[in-house]
Amino acid sequence: MKEWKILGVLVIFTAILYIGVEPYAHSVMHPHVSPEDYKFTDLNDIKLKEQGNVKNGETLVQSNCTGCHGLKAAGMSAPMDKATSASVYGVVPPDISTAGLIYDKNYLAHFIKNPAKAAKLEHKFNAENPHPMPNYEWMSDEEINDMVAYLVSIAPSHVEDKKVFEEACSRCHSMRYDKIKADSDVTKYMGSYPPDLSIMIRARSYEFLNTFINNPQKQLHGTAMPRVGLSEEAQAKVMNYLESIGDSKKQEREELAPWVLGYLVILALFAYLWKIKIWREVH
Amino acid sequence: MAQIEKSEGIADWFDQRLATKKFHKVMMTEYWIPKDINFLWAMGVILASMFGILLISGIFLLMYYKPDTALAFDSVNYTIMQEVAYGWLFRHIHGVGASVIFLIIYIHMFTGIYYGSYKRGREMIWISGMLLFVLFSAEGFSGYMLPWGQMSYWAAYVITNIFGGIPVIGDELVVWIRGNFFVSDATLTRFFMLHVLLIPLAIMGAIGLHFYALRIPHVNTQTGDSVDFDTESERFLAGDKKNSKVIPFWPVFLAKDFFVLSTFLIFFFYLVFFHYNFAMDPVNFDPANDLKTPAHIYPEWYFLWSYEVLRGFFFDIAGIKAFDLGLMSFAFANGIFFLLPWLDRSPTVAPANQRPYFKVWFWLLIMVMIVLSVYGKLPPTGSNAWVGFVSSISFLVLFISLPIVTILEKRSTK
Repeated sequence: MKEWKILGVLVIFTAILYIGVEPYAHSVMHPHVSPEDYKFTDLNDIKLKEQGNVKNGETLVQSNCTGCHGLKAAGMSAPMDKATSASVYGVVPPDISTAGLIYDKNYLAHFIKNPAKAAKLEHKFNAENPHPMPNYEWMSDEEINDMVAYLVSIAPSHVEDKKVFEEACSRCHSMRYDKIKADSDVTKYMGSYPPDLSIMIRARSYEFLNTFINNPQKQLHGTAMPRVGLSEEAQAKVMNYLESIGDSKKQEREELAPWVLGYLVILALFAYLWKIKIWREVH
Repeated sequence: MAQIEKSEGIADWFDQRLATKKFHKVMMTEYWIPKDINFLWAMGVILASMFGILLISGIFLLMYYKPDTALAFDSVNYTIMQEVAYGWLFRHIHGVGASVIFLIIYIHMFTGIYYGSYKRGREMIWISGMLLFVLFSAEGFSGYMLPWGQMSYWAAYVITNIFGGIPVIGDELVVWIRGNFFVSDATLTRFFMLHVLLIPLAIMGAIGLHFYALRIPHVNTQTGDSVDFDTESERFLAGDKKNSKVIPFWPVFLAKDFFVLSTFLIFFFYLVFFHYNFAMDPVNFDPANDLKTPAHIYPEWYFLWSYEVLRGFFFDIAGIKAFDLGLMSFAFANGIFFLLPWLDRSPTVAPANQRPYFKVWFWLLIMVMIVLSVYGKLPPTGSNAWVGFVSSISFLVLFISLPIVTILEKRSTK
């Protein structure tokens, strides 16, 4: 039938145009990158053991970490308030109570050993301009293993989505639409302004954000954003949280859709019947 | 004075005062449309309906939008998208509608070109339609600026900059359009005014003109055959509806349009709910930042072909600067469609597939415009730049050659 043929031509040309300017053009502008690596397999200097000496880890953490970091889980607050530590270090050292839960263990061990390397920020931090947190390369793998074991042992078994965001992201990034202000202005320290993340979930694709958070250099080579080493579950929580703030009406949208589309299908059906009735008289 | 008598009912009361029955006849039941048409003839009604949808959703958005560079972004992305009940729905309808209406405009335009519906007395329909295309383009561009995202800002920057290429007055003109030396708050507020007042008013006027322009020469048929509307309408009114070559606008024509419209709306609302990124570019969910140029600046899809003609000329030719060449071609591309009725020198009104030379020209034009659109979005580097250059030249050559093509066709078919 002629009208179907016309419709076919329309659909084909529209589809060619659409594929060209949308999926194809975007695949050229944003080349596909390898998927997320939540095991951080590029970090393989330390062989982590199944078990560690928690007691020894506790001693090591208290003598090496709590000079800068808070550890509320063990009843220790940070030695300085946020404003002071931000002005001293350029960034606020996080409380490490949840570190054992939200960060991958392999990443955490390598971060302790060499923060700039694990965070993939060696282009920013080096001998002349050292990372605010010093290297612990002088420690044995055994000792680092024990510290990680201790951090895992004191970490809570569950954290809220928002809490992961606050721990992992909000020291640099604000979330205005949820009234979260970044702990410190790291513009000077980072060399660029970390964007507000309120609607980042709409500004970037899901795939982009996932691979970017997992390894920022992969999507934005040379960026000052560190690889933070979130575990797969923790990153999923961050993504959930970003979506709950930046696309807060998603559920409403998806629930309303079938009603509107269903109504229109019924309308089209009646419109068709009416058209048949009217045109029967003239054909 | 008219004879006013005691009315027999509400309809009669109005009829005595406003001649509503006569009006209804003239506008609806005795407004004749040829019967030999297909669903492409429903695009006009879809466009009018889409304009209505955009107007209504726009009014809702207008209640919360704040035209101020400090407030605009949050008024859209927080207040409207998150706080206002169903504000997100109105924004999605408005944003997706603005994009989809151009798809229908292009279908409507190319239907007119394919069937030769711009000649033999239908020149004013074509010109008023092209006027609407230009007005809708301005409406689309000004509206895109309002959320004050990254692409709003940089598109405004690039597009207003184009006017700087106009000889003598260029630089002053850019400042005059922007209301400042750079894209600023003054730019946003004036484009806001254009978007919600001046251009919509002009569009409504142009729609009136476009509809009126149809009355005298009447709508074309899908074969291009002329219809004797007087005889055929008499036949219809006499009751021989089956053999009459015309149908009344209401209810016959609209019954079909209404079906096509409601089918189209299923597609449209599917996009509104599930597939909106093509119309609401994610980049524009980053707030405007005049210090951070986006990696890729591109206009909305419906401007891509003319944008590519603008930037297709990337090297100087014969001492003329690449920028000026691009600008001249851009002006040519945007103006040349108006002249189509006079560039087509063949008097034949028939679908393109029955015109041996024009047929080739038409499908080449479609292909060139699709290639231009795709390469208008791709980064203009390496071979992309050359594809853009060749297709821009092809576009110009196609229009310059149209009179020759159609004259040759006229001679060959005699």
